[in-house]
Amino acid sequence: MDGKSSRPRSKQWYWLFLLPFIGTLWPPFYAHAHPIVAGFPFLYWYLLVWVVLVGIISAIVFAITG
Amino acid sequence: MNWSAFIVFVILFALVTVVGFWAARWRRGDLSLLEEWGLAGRRFGSFITWFLIGGDLYTAYTFIAVPGLVYGAGVTGFFAVPYTIVVFPILFVVMPRLWSVCQANGYVTPADFVRGRFDSRGLSLAIAITGILATLPYIALQLLGIQVVLEAMGVTGAGIMHDLPLIIAFGILAAYTYTSGLRAPATTAVIKDTLIYITVIVALIVIPARLGGFGHIFAVANTHLLAAPKPASIFLGPKGYWAFATLALGSAFALLMYPHAITGVLASKGQRAIKRNAVFLPLYSILLLFIAMFGYFALAAGIHTKVSSLVVPLLLLKEFPAWFAGFAFAAIAIGALVPASIMSIAASNLWTRNIYKEYFKPTATTADESRVAKLVSLVVKLGAVVFILALPLTYAINLQLLGGIWILQTLPAVLLGLYTRWFHRSALLVGWLVGMVIGTAMAASQGFVSIFPLQVGGLVLPVYAAVWATLANLLVTVVLTWIFNAAKMARGVDATAATQYQDAPASSIGA
Repeated sequence: MDGKSSRPRSKQWYWLFLLPFIGTLWPPFYAHAHPIVAGFPFLYWYLLVWVVLVGIISAIVFAITG
Repeated sequence: MNWSAFIVFVILFALVTVVGFWAARWRRGDLSLLEEWGLAGRRFGSFITWFLIGGDLYTAYTFIAVPGLVYGAGVTGFFAVPYTIVVFPILFVVMPRLWSVCQANGYVTPADFVRGRFDSRGLSLAIAITGILATLPYIALQLLGIQVVLEAMGVTGAGIMHDLPLIIAFGILAAYTYTSGLRAPATTAVIKDTLIYITVIVALIVIPARLGGFGHIFAVANTHLLAAPKPASIFLGPKGYWAFATLALGSAFALLMYPHAITGVLASKGQRAIKRNAVFLPLYSILLLFIAMFGYFALAAGIHTKVSSLVVPLLLLKEFPAWFAGFAFAAIAIGALVPASIMSIAASNLWTRNIYKEYFKPTATTADESRVAKLVSLVVKLGAVVFILALPLTYAINLQLLGGIWILQTLPAVLLGLYTRWFHRSALLVGWLVGMVIGTAMAASQGFVSIFPLQVGGLVLPVYAAVWATLANLLVTVVLTWIFNAAKMARGVDATAATQYQDAPASSIGA
């Protein structure tokens, strides 16, 4: 258990995971038609961006906390 | 009969069959042990785990039902996207703990864990029964995926001849799952995903170009949806906010409580493999968003059907040459076999460990366990075939919907149990029962729709019934725990140790 002393601090990075919940489970943020990108109304490409973001957030937390 | 589609389909199906049987020799282990047959020795690395959990999450039913829902109900069907966004942080945070405690104690099922953690046979039985009940209709619905593509290819006949192709397909699946165990879906999942990714990428290049681009597709789809007898839209209005968000959140937690998802997690070789999968599994969610778009493609392509499960097959037939439609149909059918195999293994593990061994034959050896589990996996699939052929399809769909509500009622014991033992075992059991009854009653009262409009003060909140039921479950569990603890009712002995939940040092476990 060599990493025990540093663990509580590194686990704080888990709070980053609240972001996708806030970003995708509160429809007033994104239930709009505009701006349209490449034919996609806002809601659709916004959620697509979040799919990529959630992977990036996991990658960051994984890289830091292992 | 569409011969060119059918020939491509049969060739790919034959390939999967060969691989499924060959899997028994892959990473050879003693398949007479349940840990080997049912969890493949807990040795899967990040790569295979990705395919296995991907196979769990993205089933033939997903490919058929989500675009079907979008075709009929518009944007509502896209709740599947936030659902498959928030599920991965939960996977990252929670599942390594479950893996760790299960590995340390040799647990194979979530009910094993609950039995050890809360020292309660009754609670463990409740978890096992809930898991089996929720899984069976899900397996039956995978058959629907095979059935619709066979139908789309014009494979028809009278009486038994009509059902024979489906029975043959499931017979093959049952045989290789019996011999190879979890190794079979793990290897065939690689083929499944290759076919699915190719199909979706080709469809995204070809279909929007043929239909006049995404902007045009959205516009035409919206016109059709607004003009429908039950008007819908591609835009989410304020009235749909609650349902959209709670369906996503409830489904995300429910998914990870399903026995087949837990089987996929427990079969990995370590915590790091699970976390790495949380990083890379969202690739499937990108795919899912575009698969959901198929519903709009179908509207824009002028597909007319009252049967929502036929939306995708009809679209593929219309927009692709026959041989490529056959390729895509094989992707859907094989996409049914992979999860059906994992689900039947998960249900067998539950039956064997938590019902057979616990109640019928406590002296069962590991060889007995494996033998029983293999046989039960056959029975489960036979049951699914009878279910889908003998009963109206709505039964399977309604039961699958209820299954999602039911499985979420295991969350307090399984998921919260990973973090605290404060809950009293009897309180968890009563809470579970309350959640099951309330959730079922809510769904049934709406004619088997997952959204229940509850009057809260002057406000009507249309929320996913599973979320209401789980809130009731938690409330009862907390209040009764407080009462039972105050009354000093026996709490049993925790068979797990606090250290077994911790993250292992990066160097020692998993890759």
